[in-house]
Amino acid sequence: MNVEIAVEQQTGASIKRRRGRLSSAAARSFAKHWQLYLVVIPPLLYFIIFKYYPMLNAVLAFKDYNVIKGIWGSPWVGMKNFKLFFDNPIFWNLIKNTIYLSGYLLLAGFPIPIALALMLNEVRSNRFKRFVQLVTFAPYFISTVVMVSIIMLFLAPRLGFINVLMNHLGLDSINFLGMPSMFRSIYVWSDIWQTAGYSAVIYLAALAGIDPTLYEAAKVDGASRFQKIWHVDLPGILPTIIIVLILNVGNVMAIGFEKVYLLQNPLNLVNSEIISTYVYSIGLLNANYSFATAVGLFNSVINLVLLVLVNGLAKRFSNNSLW
Amino acid sequence: MSSMITTRTRIKESAGDRLFMAVVYTILTLVLIAVIYPLIYILSSSISSPSAVTSGKVWLWPVDISFKGFETLFHTPQIVTGYGNSLFYTAAGTLISVALTVMIAYPLSRKTFFGRSAIMMIITFTMIFSGGLIPTYMVVRGLHLIDTRWALLIPNAIWVWQVIIARSFFMSSIPEELIEASEIDGCSDLRFMRSVVIPLSKPILAVLVLMYAVGQWNAYFDALIYLKSAKLFPLQLILRSIIIQNNSSGVMDAMKQVERQQLAELLKYALIVVATLPVLIIYPFVQRFFVQGMLVGSVKG
Repeated sequence: MNVEIAVEQQTGASIKRRRGRLSSAAARSFAKHWQLYLVVIPPLLYFIIFKYYPMLNAVLAFKDYNVIKGIWGSPWVGMKNFKLFFDNPIFWNLIKNTIYLSGYLLLAGFPIPIALALMLNEVRSNRFKRFVQLVTFAPYFISTVVMVSIIMLFLAPRLGFINVLMNHLGLDSINFLGMPSMFRSIYVWSDIWQTAGYSAVIYLAALAGIDPTLYEAAKVDGASRFQKIWHVDLPGILPTIIIVLILNVGNVMAIGFEKVYLLQNPLNLVNSEIISTYVYSIGLLNANYSFATAVGLFNSVINLVLLVLVNGLAKRFSNNSLW
Repeated sequence: MSSMITTRTRIKESAGDRLFMAVVYTILTLVLIAVIYPLIYILSSSISSPSAVTSGKVWLWPVDISFKGFETLFHTPQIVTGYGNSLFYTAAGTLISVALTVMIAYPLSRKTFFGRSAIMMIITFTMIFSGGLIPTYMVVRGLHLIDTRWALLIPNAIWVWQVIIARSFFMSSIPEELIEASEIDGCSDLRFMRSVVIPLSKPILAVLVLMYAVGQWNAYFDALIYLKSAKLFPLQLILRSIIIQNNSSGVMDAMKQVERQQLAELLKYALIVVATLPVLIIYPFVQRFFVQGMLVGSVKG
C-alpha cells in the first residue's frame, strides 16, 4: 500500500492524484481500522456464500442440470426452460393466482391498518388505547404454522367452531378449505387478523409526529373530528403511507410461500398454487432443478423490475421514494 | 375516563363529533373482540375435557376443566424432542445471528470505515433480489449442511433489516467525541467495541435478541426444506404434521375409538397453546422493544 501511494504521489496528472487520494484514504482506513475489517469478514462471507453465490448458481436456469456434471459442467440450453414455462398451460394460472392473491391482500390489507391507527389516535382514554394496541399487536407473534392450525381448527368441516356455530343456526356445514373460491378470502382475512395491529404501529408513530399547531388551527377554524382527520391527519401521514404502499406493490409477486403452502390441499389447488409453491413442488419435490430455477428467476426479475418501477413512479409524482 | 374529560368534551364537541366517537369506540371494541376471542377460545378448549371439546360445548370459558391434553403432550416423545430442539435452535440461532449482525452493523456505522456505503449497497441489494430457492438449496447442499442442525442456524443467520436497524442505532447513539477520545487514548477498535459500544447498546441488543428469537422459534420453512431426520425437527414442523397434515387428509376414520378421536382433537388445542405461550407470555413486557425496533428501522438510514 505505502509503495503504491508513494508512486502515485510522484505523478502529476490530476486524475491520478484523485485516485491517489482515494486509495490513500483507503490505506489509512485499513491501517487504522484493521480490526474492524477483520470483524466484518465473517458476516461478509455469509452474504457472499448464502446470498451472492446463489445468484451465480441461478445460471442453472439456462442449463440442463446433470447431477454428475454439476452446475458448471451441465450443458447450456439457452432459454429452453423459460420457453417451457411460458408454454405450460399452468403458466397463466400461476400468474393469475399470484396476482389475485396479493392484489386482494393489498386492497383489503393496506387500508385497514391506516383506519385502525386513525381511530386509535382519536381515543382519549390512554388505558383503552394501550390495551387495544397490546391485543391487536399480539397475533403478530403467532407462527405461520400455528396460524394455519388455528384456521383449520376453526374451519374444520365437522368439529370446527364456525361450522358448529352454523349448525346451531340451522345451516349446513361447509368444507371451507376444500372450496377453491374461499381460499383467497381465508388467506387474506386471517392475514389481516394477524398483522393489522402490527402494521398500525408505524402510522401511529407518524401521527404522533404531526405538528400540534395544525390541530390548534383546525380547532380555531371549527373543524369537526372527521374534518380534522381528513385535512390534518391524513396529509400528515401521507409520506409514510406512500412508502408502505411502494413496498407492498413492489412485493406483489413475492408473496410468501409459507402460509399458502400450509393452506394448500388437492381440492383448493386450482386457486392456491402460486409461483413460489410451484417452484418448491417442481424443484425440491420433483427434483426438476433447472426448470424450477428458471421459474424462480423469472419471479425474482419481475419482482425487481416492479419495485424499481413503482419507486420511480412514486419519486416522480410525490417526492417520496425508497431510494 | 375521568369526569373532567367528559364535561370538557360535552361543552366543546358537537353532536356529530359525539356520534363519530361513539362509532369509533364501537368499531374498536368489535376489533378487540375479534382478535381476542379466538385466542381465549383456544386456551379454554385446551384445558377442557376431551368430550366437551368434540361436542362443541366450549364457547368462551373452559368446560369440565382437565389437563389431559397437556399430560398427553408431555408423554409424547416426538413432541418433547421437538420442544427441546426448538429451544436449542432459538438459543443458538439467536446468539449467532446477533453476533454476526453487530459485527457488520457496527463497522458500517463508522464514518472512517472505508467502503461502508459500497458494502451497505451490496447488503441491501439482497433484500430486493435473490438467486431463488433452488440455487440457495444447492449452496447449502454443497456445504453438506443438509440434514444437520447447522442448516437452521447459518443459511438465514443475518436479516438485512436488523443490520439497518442496528447500524442506525450505532450511528445515532455512539457519540463521535467518544470515538475520538478513545483513539487519542490509544484504545483499539475491538476494545472500544467490547467496553464502550456493547454496554451503550443494550436497547438495540434487546431488540435484536427478541426479533431473532421469535423468528427462530416460529420458523418452519428452512426445517422443511433442509431437514430429513425427525429427531432434528423443531416444534413447528411437528405441529404441522400433527395438526395440519392430519386435518387436510379429510374425514377421520369413523371406526376409530371415540375417546381416541376426542383426545386427538384436544391435543391440537393443547399443542397450539404450548407452542405459542412462551412467546405470548413475554410479549407484553417486550412490546416496547419491538415498537422501538420498527421505528428505528423506519427512519431512513
